[in-house]
Amino acid sequence: MTKVSFLTGRELIDEEMIYVPDEHTSTRPAIYLDNGRLRCNRCNNTKNFSSHRCARCGKVCTYCRNCIEMGKISSCTTLYRWNGPAPKHPDHAGTLHWTGTLSEGQRAASVNVKQAIIHSSEHLVWAVTGAGKTEVLFQGIAAALSDGKRVCIAAPRSDVVRELAPRLAAAFPDTPPIALYGGSPDRSSYSPLVVTTTHQLYRFYQAFDVMIVDEVDAFPYTFDPSLQFAVQKARKESSSLIYLTATPNTEWQSEVKSGKRDATLIPARYHRHPLPVPATRWCGNWKKTILPVSVQLWVKEKLNEGSRLLLFYPHIETMDKALPLFKEIDPRIESVHAADPLRKEKVELMRRGKIPALLSTTILERGVTFQGIDVAVIGAEDAVFAESALVQIAGRAGRSAECPTGEVVFFHYGKTEAMRKAIRQINEMNKLGVERGLIDE
Amino acid sequence: MKQCLLCENNTEMETWLLFFGAKSSSLCPNCLGKLEKITGPLCRICSRPMKEEGICSDCHSWGESIYAGNRSLYLYNSAMQSLLARFKYRGDYALAAVFADDVRREAKEAECDVICAVPLSPSRLLERRFNQSEALIESAGLTHTRLIGRYESDKQAKKSRAERLSAEQTFYPLGQAEGKSVLVIDDIYTTGTTVRRVAEALKEAGACTVKSVTIARSGS
Ligand SMILES: [Zn+2]
Ligand SMILES: [Zn+2]
Ligand SMILES: [Zn+2]
Ligand SMILES: [Zn+2]
Repeated sequence: MTKVSFLTGRELIDEEMIYVPDEHTSTRPAIYLDNGRLRCNRCNNTKNFSSHRCARCGKVCTYCRNCIEMGKISSCTTLYRWNGPAPKHPDHAGTLHWTGTLSEGQRAASVNVKQAIIHSSEHLVWAVTGAGKTEVLFQGIAAALSDGKRVCIAAPRSDVVRELAPRLAAAFPDTPPIALYGGSPDRSSYSPLVVTTTHQLYRFYQAFDVMIVDEVDAFPYTFDPSLQFAVQKARKESSSLIYLTATPNTEWQSEVKSGKRDATLIPARYHRHPLPVPATRWCGNWKKTILPVSVQLWVKEKLNEGSRLLLFYPHIETMDKALPLFKEIDPRIESVHAADPLRKEKVELMRRGKIPALLSTTILERGVTFQGIDVAVIGAEDAVFAESALVQIAGRAGRSAECPTGEVVFFHYGKTEAMRKAIRQINEMNKLGVERGLIDE
Repeated sequence: MKQCLLCENNTEMETWLLFFGAKSSSLCPNCLGKLEKITGPLCRICSRPMKEEGICSDCHSWGESIYAGNRSLYLYNSAMQSLLARFKYRGDYALAAVFADDVRREAKEAECDVICAVPLSPSRLLERRFNQSEALIESAGLTHTRLIGRYESDKQAKKSRAERLSAEQTFYPLGQAEGKSVLVIDDIYTTGTTVRRVAEALKEAGACTVKSVTIARSGS
C-alpha cells in the first residue's frame, strides 16, 4: 500500500488519516452549522446528534449518531482529503476479457449504458429478474477504463459485492476491482474499478467518473437519504450515473413509460423463456392455522414430484411456528432469517440440493439463484410483501437455462393491490418480451 | 413518541402511564425485550446467577476485603453485548440513558456516602472521548467524586482470565474518602478484578466499604 493509493478519492477522519498531511491535503470540519442547523459532512444527517463533555477537545462536543458505525464523528473531528495526482491506470486497462455473448435485450441496454458513460449522463436499466444485468455493464466499463476514468459499482449488501467482484476481475484482469464492505481486506487499496457496499461510499469524496448503483430499489438505499447522499458525494461533479433494477418503484415506472427518465427495458430473461406468472390461492387465516391445508397439499404434491421449494413467510414468528409442521412432512426442511447465524450454510445446502425445501423471510427475496425450484408465499397479503418484493420473489423461479420454468403461488387471506400489481407487471413484461421477439414461444 | 435509540421504531408508552408520572423509555419494546434482567438465585456477593442462593466459588477464593459486593442488572447476552459495544467502543454516549432509571434506583438502594467512577487511563480516555462509567452516572442525574486515578496499562480486554487476575494494580488514590462508604458504577462485571483493584485504591484513600453496581454480568 502506498500513500497515493490509500488516499486517492477518499475523505477520512483523524483516526483513519495515517499519513501526515502534505501540500495536497485539504481539510474541513466533520460537523458544521448550516444556517443554525447542525449537519454532518460525511452522512448529511441533520437530526440524530447527541453530545457529551469530550476528553479530546475539553468542550461539550456534539457527535453524529447516524454514521457512528463508520467511526465516530464529533464537532472536534476533522475530515481530510488529498487532491494530488491519482495513480495512472495500468496498461490495457479497459481490455475486456469476457467472451460470452449478449442476448438481444442485453445488447440494446449495453449500447445505451456505454453512451451514457461516454457522455457523463444518467441512465436506468430496468431488467427483469434473470435478464443478466451485470454483462450489460461490461462494454461501458471497458470504454470508461480505456478513457482513464474511475468506475464504482455500489450494491446494497456485502454478499452482492463479494459475488460481483470475481466476475469483474475475470472480465477485467488488468484492473482487478477492489471489493469494499465492513471488514473487507481491500479497505486501504486502490483500483480504477471499485465494487462496494453503499455504506462504504461515506469514505469517498468526488472520486468516481462512473457511478453504477445496483438494485437501486433495494433496502437500505431507497429508505435512507444519507446513503443516497453518500452516492452523490462519491461521484465527481461531471460523471455518469447508471441505475440497475428489476423492480423500479411506481414513480420511476411511470417516468420510464412517459419517457421522462432515460431508460432501457429488458423485458425478457437471457434464456428466452417467459417469466413464471404467479397463481393466487386463498388459504384462509394462515396466522391461526400456520400451515394451511392448501399449502400442505401443494408442498406434498410438489415434493412427491421431486421438486425443491422456496417458501416465504412474512415474519420470523410465524415461520418459527411453521417449521416443526414442515419437518413432519420432511425433517430435512430448514428455515432462514436475517439474523440466522447459519444463514450462509443453509443457503449453500439449498444451492447444492441437500434440502428439499427452505422457509425464508424476505431476506432471500433477491440475489439468490437455486436451480429448478418452485416458489410459494404464505400470507402474500401481508404488508411486507410490496409489489417489488413479490416480483423479486416470483423471479426466483425458472432462472437457469436448464430449468427455465417453475411454479409460483401466492397463498393469501385476501388479495391485495400489491399482488395484483406484481402479477400485472410480470404479464406486461412477458407480453413486451414476445412483441420484441425476445421470448421463444 | 420518541425514536428508539437503537432502531427506527418509536418508543411506545401507554398515555395513561405517562399521566401517572411514568417516564417514557429510550428503547422500543422490541429492543428492550431483548435485554434480560437477572432474576432468580444469585451469589450474594457478585450477583452471579446460581442454582441456589449462596456465595460462589470465585467469591470464596477472594477472601477478606473492604469490598462488600456487586449488584448486576442484566445478563450479558448478545443484545447487551452489541448495545455496550456501541456505547463504549463506538462511543455512542446517548445509550447511557437506557440505564438511567436502573442506575438511579440501585444507587439509592446501595445507600453509600459517595459515588465513584472507574477511571480510564489517560490515553484510553483520549481515544474514547468519554469514560463510560462517568457517562452512566451522569445520565442517571447523579454526581461522581474523583477519588482515584489510573496509570497507563496494556489493554485489559485482550488479556486472558489468568492474566487479568494477576494484573498489577493500575489504580491509585487521589482524593479523601476518610471513613466513607463508596459506590462504584461500571458497565460490565466479568471476574471482579477491576472493581476489587478499585476497592483497594479506595481503601488507601480512606474508604471503609466499597460496593459496586454494574449494568451487565458476564462470565459463567
Ligand atoms: Zn454522520
Ligand atoms: Zn471533542
Ligand atoms: Zn428499537
Ligand atoms: Zn460471587
